[in-house]
Amino acid sequence: MNGKVKESGLGLDVEEFKRKKQKNAYMMTMLSVVGILSFLLLWQISVSMEWVNQKFLASPMQVLNLFLVKLTDASPDGNTLGMNVLASLQVSLTGFTLAVCIGVPLGLLMGWYRGFDSLIRPIFEVVRPIPPVSWIPLIIVWLGIGLQAKAFIVFFSAFVPCVINSYTGIRQTVPVLINVAKTCGASNFTIFWKIGIPSSMTMVFTGIKVALGNAWSTLVAAEMLAASAGLGYMILMGRQFARPDIIILGITVIGAIGMLFSSLLNIAESKVLGWKKV
Amino acid sequence: MNKKNSDYKVEVKNLTKYFGDLHVLDDISFNIKKGEFVCVVGPTGCGKTTFLNLLTRIYYPTEGDLYIDGESADPKKHNLAFVFQEPSSLPWLTVEKNLRFGLELKKVPKSEIDRRVEEIIRLLGLEQFRNSYPHQLSVSTAQRIIIGRAFAMNPDLLLMDEPYGQMDVKLRFYLEDEVIRLWKELGSTVVFITHNIEEAVYLAERVLILTNKPATIKEEVVIDMPHPRDVSDPKFIELRKYITSQIKWW
Repeated sequence: MNGKVKESGLGLDVEEFKRKKQKNAYMMTMLSVVGILSFLLLWQISVSMEWVNQKFLASPMQVLNLFLVKLTDASPDGNTLGMNVLASLQVSLTGFTLAVCIGVPLGLLMGWYRGFDSLIRPIFEVVRPIPPVSWIPLIIVWLGIGLQAKAFIVFFSAFVPCVINSYTGIRQTVPVLINVAKTCGASNFTIFWKIGIPSSMTMVFTGIKVALGNAWSTLVAAEMLAASAGLGYMILMGRQFARPDIIILGITVIGAIGMLFSSLLNIAESKVLGWKKV
Repeated sequence: MNKKNSDYKVEVKNLTKYFGDLHVLDDISFNIKKGEFVCVVGPTGCGKTTFLNLLTRIYYPTEGDLYIDGESADPKKHNLAFVFQEPSSLPWLTVEKNLRFGLELKKVPKSEIDRRVEEIIRLLGLEQFRNSYPHQLSVSTAQRIIIGRAFAMNPDLLLMDEPYGQMDVKLRFYLEDEVIRLWKELGSTVVFITHNIEEAVYLAERVLILTNKPATIKEEVVIDMPHPRDVSDPKFIELRKYITSQIKWW
């Protein structure tokens, strides 16, 4: 009976804990907003007060103004902001999606099946440390300078963390959980599916988040390959025209879209790993 | 064999296990009747867990074998259930889904799964925790899920490896009574490993005492007392003292 008394006490504690957690989450969001606003304010002041030369740094207001202009105006790089965003999304999402679709299953299979690991791992270990941009000359020869080529560079930067994290995640499956399924007579594949994959999901999502960051950060390099549109291209044009506002706008939009995708990923994560946050 | 020993649910014949040069179990043979509750006790590190792992085929014996209903034990064919020493509820599944897990793996029909899970939830008083996740529950409730999951399988053989090793005496008593209740209601055959002699005398119909490594069965003690047992009953104390004296290796 003591167990039951304890449980009802625990039930109340859970409610109290949830309320505190909500309050805490609100506080954290407010702190983040204050942090961003303070940063923007300091930036605006430092440019307005000419602490920094305006030739090298545009103010947030100038960037905001350019943002509104670039929504409809294609000059000076030849594309409106929307066209640049779409071009970059096409490159980065193609590369990133392929990296997740190939990298995650590959890492999971390597982590679970020893034979598959022995087969793939040596090749992977050689390919893994190669910086994505060093593939550029070969990629031009293999794939030309179109979407495929740029997406491959992005793919490569996102693929590695997907494989490594999925591999590590599934290798960390708690043995006793495997034994639970084993004693129920489950086959190795069923254990992989029902125990291994759910166990690895935390690490898989961490890998996907790192991959997303890598995909965006490689975008500029990929668009250096040869592009006529894209945020990386816009940044390069900003350099050529000595327009810091264009460069900062490009950087900011890359950051904002990256943040948007991170948020979408967080939503997907909380759907899959919701049990952790209950 | 099946015809000759039809009373026996489980027959263990000459079970021997080596890990390399390490001789852990030596020629262990015994039988368990249908619906019997057997406790296995022995000195720490004598190979009790290895013994259970052999019964569930997590390990395979070097020699000898284990038969269930006259056939070599196979988790794919027979209904074995295991309650591990460590927490083993699946953290990403709710209490109800944890209870369903083993049955779904065994491809038991959905209507039967529903019936058995509802029964276990009722028996263990888990109604209010049905949709909770294991990490939201206390240690004792989480352990009840694991015990419930094992009993829900209607196992031919239920193996429990020191399931209350980490618990304080109050929780242990509570869960010991719970196991006895489930065992009686569901009529399962149970092998329960413990290093706690009082627990063994409290639960078992028969206690198997293992020797030091390489372990063999030193003695079988029949506990002929009705449940619930009184730990202060002179007969209980006498049995506990006797088993303690038999287990001593120093």
